[in-house]
Order: sequence, then structure tokens, then C-alpha cells
Amino acid sequence: MIKRLLAGVAAAGVLGGLGFLYYAWYPPIAPIERPNPASFSAEQIERGRIVAAEGYCAECHTRTDNGGGPELAGDYRMDTPFGAIYSSNITPDVEMGIGAWSEEAFRRAMHLGVSRKGVHLIPAFPYDHFTKMTDQDISDLYAYIMTRPAVHMSRRPNELPFPLSLRILQAGWKLLYLRPGVYKPDPRHDALWNRGAYLAEGNAHCGACHTPRDLMGAEKKGSAYEGAVVDNWIAPALNEHNPTPTTWTEDELFQYLRFGVAPLHGPAGGPMSPVPHRFLSTVPEEDVHAIAHYFADVDHAAEREKNDKAALARAMEESKTDLIGPNVDPDAKLYQGACAACHYNAAPTPVLGRPDLALNNALWLDEPTNLYQVMLRGLTAEEGQSGVAMPSFYNALSDKDMARIAAYLRRTRTTLPPWTNLEKKAAEVRKTVQPVPVNSSH
Amino acid sequence: MIKFKLNGRDVSVDVPEDTPLLWALRDDLDQTGTKFGCGVGQCGACTVLVGGRATRSCITPISSIEGADVTTIEGLHPEGKHPVQEAWKDIQVPQCGYCQSGQIMQAVSLLKDYPDPTDEQIDGVMGGSLCRCMTYVRIRKAIKKAAAAMQKEEASHG
Repeated sequence: MIKRLLAGVAAAGVLGGLGFLYYAWYPPIAPIERPNPASFSAEQIERGRIVAAEGYCAECHTRTDNGGGPELAGDYRMDTPFGAIYSSNITPDVEMGIGAWSEEAFRRAMHLGVSRKGVHLIPAFPYDHFTKMTDQDISDLYAYIMTRPAVHMSRRPNELPFPLSLRILQAGWKLLYLRPGVYKPDPRHDALWNRGAYLAEGNAHCGACHTPRDLMGAEKKGSAYEGAVVDNWIAPALNEHNPTPTTWTEDELFQYLRFGVAPLHGPAGGPMSPVPHRFLSTVPEEDVHAIAHYFADVDHAAEREKNDKAALARAMEESKTDLIGPNVDPDAKLYQGACAACHYNAAPTPVLGRPDLALNNALWLDEPTNLYQVMLRGLTAEEGQSGVAMPSFYNALSDKDMARIAAYLRRTRTTLPPWTNLEKKAAEVRKTVQPVPVNSSH
Repeated sequence: MIKFKLNGRDVSVDVPEDTPLLWALRDDLDQTGTKFGCGVGQCGACTVLVGGRATRSCITPISSIEGADVTTIEGLHPEGKHPVQEAWKDIQVPQCGYCQSGQIMQAVSLLKDYPDPTDEQIDGVMGGSLCRCMTYVRIRKAIKKAAAAMQKEEASHG
């Protein structure tokens, strides 16, 4: 009896294993000659350019460290909780890039996360989103990619420890987390909403940064757009839990995504900055409207915006707290010297170019991370509001100074509990910022 | 090589990326009207306009203004007759004068945002521009005079 039971368990195990191998195994797809760029129409290439921009391909497929690299040639370093990985060269170079990939192989990679040779791709490549893309969009993207300059450049090897380096394990990950299938329009919503949802959930892969991940690195089910920490910044919640005092309305979202600054919220900084400036400013306006329309629904703007007028009035009142008159506290004095010349606002509404901190995301998040990041790095003329720069206070403010300003702002500009361990956190964020050498002795 | 627009002209400077804008302006582009005060963005003496916004040039790395439009005190008016400069002279604002180019640039940016500023708005925006000679009363007076002149000018043009 026990023998039979053991044999049964063993047989089930073997069958399960075989089943998994069958599930995990993908055949290689035969290499092709690099497609002749002239074989694609100009219209298709242009459509593909838009698809590439809306998916930010160049952002993670272009090296930024070591002096940067050629566009789409990969080797972009991503620090994951499991170790550093480096993105692939997706230029049409036959040896180093994907020049030998047929459109079928390319589509399989986008929809199922499998390379031309049948190797499972690491889900840092967000095929859990790209699986929702239509064949037409993928075909257009293929045309765009195959008509880019081929770059003969390899990437650095991944630094994933064994056994995570075994690609077969990715198949297990997919079994748990990948739900293949093209986006299905939701009949309860109109075409604009569905277009926005298609882009946001698929190609634009917003959840990749704005949805928290579990221990396996997958986006947590049931926590969509709750916000997460990415590259030492907080990617804020995009749902109704976003804490800013005024609502992210469709118009605020559109301004932010199209031009990099939302008048009642502030500029796009850090890893978000390229999304408007490098990508969404170059695509059809109606697509950006669609994404804004979708997220205004995700964050329930219609129900929340009735409080905006009062929130704005309160913020304008607080913008001058302790700055006027003789009775100033020392923290306010520090803020006045370093920040107020640019951040002070008078009623009724903030001046564009004077981001009001009482309205800014950074003050209302659970941690001062983003506030510190911007204080330390500043913003270049290419980030945030175009053509305008914020200085870097890396050398100007000590951790203690930064902590005092953060505490003062949180205390006077928000209705939330104080942040804790501010000085220690300032030091921690400072460690993540490339030091700005003191060059004032020239 | 960092390229940007200075007082309406295209310029480029070959300096390390972390060089403060102030040093590039003074040492490489000979625009010495902008002064070095505290070096840590706390006094306002080095204020210039970047994209029309007052910016502390002593802590702004040159790399971060690539492609931007920079205006210094030299570029406000070809003959130094911007209404704020005129008011400054009329009211004899400066004493030692060291902070004045920063004060003037900050005031120009203030008047763009608040063309008819209240005392509160002047304090809110100008509070980060320090004057060791304590000429604050005259600074405030000059700003109001310039505001009136600019509004009159605006009315006659418009």
C-alpha cells in the first residue's frame, strides 16, 4: 500500500516536472537576415516611433552610467533587489542586437517574454504589460526598431546570484504571475477611457513603477497603483490614496504628462522626468489625454475635486507661514534664505514656475525621500518645467539643515503627522546621489 | 562643452560639468556684474534669471542649464535703463552696492509674478536676498516705484 502510494507520488512528481518542462520549453525561432529597412513604409515606421515613445523603450535600453551609450543599444544598469542586471541591445545589429529576429520572434518576446532562441526573459522587461499590446502595435514597433542604426555593442553580464541566474526559473515566475493576452476593452467605459487603459496597463507600463512588488518581484495583485519605491525615489500612488491636497484631475494629469509640470502639483522629477520630456511630449496629444482621462478615473477625481478650492486657499495661506513680520522661527529663517524666493506664493493661485510646496506631492508622502532628492540634486532645465532650473543644495545644506527645512515644511504646510528620523534619512538619501564636488574655489 | 543662451546670444563654455554657473559667467564669459556672496544659496547676491526665473547661480551646476536662456544684470537693458535699474538710481538704493545686481534680478522676477506687489509679497520673495548695509527700506521703495513705472509703460503701450 505504502509502496503504491509512494509510486503514485513519484509518478505525479515526474508528470508534474514533465508538465512544467513542457510549459517552460519554447523552441528557438530561426534567425533571419536583418530586414531591409526599405521594406517598411514611412507611415508604419512613424506609427512604430510613437509606440516606442509610449513604451519608453529607449529609457531602459540605453546606457546611462559610464558616460552613457548609443540609443537602444542596451547595457542600462538596473539595480534590483536580486542583483544588478543590464538591459539588452535592441538595435538591429545581427550579432549583438535583435537584427536576426523575425517579427514572430519579436512578438513572442513582447507577449510571452521569451527570446528568439527560446530563453526566458527576466521580467524587468515588463512583458506582463506588453502582453496586452495588439499585434498591430507590435508590428509597427518592429518596423521602427528594425530601421534604427545597428549598434555592435555588448552588455555587461547580469549579476544575479545562482540559482536566480537560471532562466528556467523565470518560467515558474510566469506560471504564477503572467496572464498572457491582448487588452480587452471594457464595455462599461467609452473609447477614450479604453484607449487610456490600453496604453497605461500595456505599453506605457505605469504599474511597473507605481505598483508595489512582492518578494518575487511581481506587481502585487490587489495593490494596483498604490505607489512604490523605485531607484531611491517614491513613485507616488496613482489611485485615490494619492495624498496631495488637490486632486490629480484629468487636466492636471495631462499638463504633467505632456509638459512635465502640473500647475497645482509641481514638476516631474527624477525617474519620472523623461516620461513627459523625452517621450510623451512627442506622441499624439490625444493619447496623452487618454492616459490622463484613465488615471483621473483611477484616482476618483470626480468625487474628490470638490475639496480642491478649499485646499488651494489653505495652501496659499500657508505659503507665507512665518515668512512675514519679525517673529520668525529659525527653521523658517533657513527656509526663507534657501527656498522662499522661488517657492513663496500669494493667493489666489500659485504662479507657474513657483511650485508651491504646500501643494506638492513630496511633502505629503509618508517619507521625505522625494523632497530630499530634489533638494540635493536640484532640477536641470530639461527636467520639470522646461527651461527653468533649480539649484543643487548638495553642498549648501547639511543633513541637519535639510532635516530642519523638511520638518518645518511638514509642520506648517501639511495636516499630516511629522516625519521621523529626518537627519538620518537625509544622510541616507544623500548616499544615493552622486556627490556634487565642491568647485567653489575655482 | 556646455551651450546655452546668455543675454540673447548663443554661448558655449568648456568647463567641468559641476562648475557653478556663477564661475562660468564671471571667469569664462566676462560677465562680472553677478557677484559671489555666500556660495551656498543663502544670500541672493549671485541671482541671475534662468528661463526668466530668479536662480542662485553659485549652486547651479553649469550642466543643469544646458540649452536654457540665462539673463544677467548686463543683459537686462542695453544701457542699464530697465525700470528697476532706473528706480534703483533715482532712490539711491545702494550703499556698498555688493548685493545690488542680485537684488535687482530678484526684483525683476518678482515684478513679473506680482506686477503690483504688496509689502507682504515683496517680503515673501525678496526675503532671501540679504543686504549687509540694511537698505531694505529703500529696496522696497524702489520696487514699488519700478512697479508703478512699468505699469504706466504697459498702459501707454496697450
